[in-house]
Amino acid sequence: MKPIITSKDLVLYYDTFKALRGISMEIPEKQITAFIGPSGCGKSTFLKTLNRMNDLVPGVRVEGEVLFRDEDIFAPSVDVTTLRRKIGMVFQKPNPFPMSIYDNIAYGPRLHGTHSRAELNELVETSLKGAGLWDEVKDRLKKSALGLSGGQQQRLCIARALAVQPDVLLMDEPTSALDPASTMRIEELMATLREQYTVVIVTHNMQQATRISDKCAFFLLGEMIEFGDTEQVFSMPKDKRTEDYITGRFG
Amino acid sequence: MLQNDRSPRRRLRDNLLRGAICVAAATTVLLLVSLIGYIFMRGLPYISWELLSTSPSALRGTIGILPNILNTFYMILLALIIVLPLGIGAAVYLNEYATNRRFVAIIEFATETLAGIPSIIYGLFGMLFFCQFLGLQVSLRSGALTLVIMILPTIIRTTQESLKTVPESYREGALGLGATKWTMIRTIILPSSLDGIVTGCILAIGRIVGESAALIFTAGIGAVIAGNIFQAMSRSGGTLSVALYVYVFERGKFDVGFAIASILMLLVFGINLLAKFAKRRLSR
Repeated sequence: MKPIITSKDLVLYYDTFKALRGISMEIPEKQITAFIGPSGCGKSTFLKTLNRMNDLVPGVRVEGEVLFRDEDIFAPSVDVTTLRRKIGMVFQKPNPFPMSIYDNIAYGPRLHGTHSRAELNELVETSLKGAGLWDEVKDRLKKSALGLSGGQQQRLCIARALAVQPDVLLMDEPTSALDPASTMRIEELMATLREQYTVVIVTHNMQQATRISDKCAFFLLGEMIEFGDTEQVFSMPKDKRTEDYITGRFG
Repeated sequence: MLQNDRSPRRRLRDNLLRGAICVAAATTVLLLVSLIGYIFMRGLPYISWELLSTSPSALRGTIGILPNILNTFYMILLALIIVLPLGIGAAVYLNEYATNRRFVAIIEFATETLAGIPSIIYGLFGMLFFCQFLGLQVSLRSGALTLVIMILPTIIRTTQESLKTVPESYREGALGLGATKWTMIRTIILPSSLDGIVTGCILAIGRIVGESAALIFTAGIGAVIAGNIFQAMSRSGGTLSVALYVYVFERGKFDVGFAIASILMLLVFGINLLAKFAKRRLSR
């Protein structure tokens, strides 16, 4: 199958620090790809490069290329806002805006020019259903999103990301700030998301990676050490360093 | 085990300190209440419909402060219309766009310094620059422009402080959904920092209403009602605080002075209430 995102020799500097040392990988469409590795290995940096959220960090410089459906995302003609609409992002800590649940979901569609009430209503409903939150909030759409629990807030953020109808969803440790029950709900949700979306998730939790992902990449010190089917990576790692990490010898 | 095992000396010191704090608090409240009480007691009886609704007349020998009330409102309006976009714009630039840390630090230092300069110096500058150099004469607009420079630091600082409290995650969230920087600022950042902006406005209005030194030089003491706000802008016009100074020091009318003082206090009180109300309405 044709990959949806292809990275070729991607190198990234924070000023003079080389945070990514030539990452090449192909992320398959409509599957869940997990990035694992110890803190500071570059997995989050790489994730954020995929929709150019790193542009916001001063002093970042990138070499190499990342193709999204054969288009170079660093090309000068690329409109970052369109790119981020196609490749959405969910962050480590739930970050609903201080407005109503409805307005949170409608924020993205409104940005991109959807203003009709009927269309917005429908988008809000389908997005919330897609994120498995509809039944819990349908009676209080006009209430502030900040009144939701942490797990609900994170599902709201997923719904908000879905509302702009992206192709890819990047998730940066989306459950690390949540309790086990909420984590489980989000993991179940991801399993349903993969039918429609490509999901790329950074996780600290190796069990999580084995539970939910189809492909798994192991990062270490800015390099991608190993990339393959999750089952294979965890049962028969090809690289000694991957084996050491997943058996808990470091990290 | 749970008995009080503090030594008597320590207990004494605790009680003494507590007493001192209570005295300090009581003194503050007492001072405030007696000050307000005294001004109202001396001023309220002299507030009459004639005082509030007429211009002073030398022929009839009557005193009216309607022109001063109007001038005060014009001054607030004009100064805020100019200072809000400038100040909020500058704060947004410093907080969201400027990347050079040193440059931002220098600007912040400069605004802090500006905020500490005595107002009479602004008056002197305003008189030389706006009234004479720019040829705007002693007029409401010269006064308003002088006030703009004077309160700009306040607006910038309060706005900046509240911009800084907007969590980084809101910015990430908005940009992650494909918002442009300006859209993000307009739809997320500014609404979230409305609190600080309104606070800045209240402080600014307080300074406008209370200012006299800078305005005597630049806006003058005129007490004639102009046909409309635009005519008023180009004429000399004293605000209530200036009128208070003029009536008390030049004409020895203490009663009028206290009446104006009472009105000023009610005005500031009303504006604070209004701003609080507006804040609650807007943040919903």
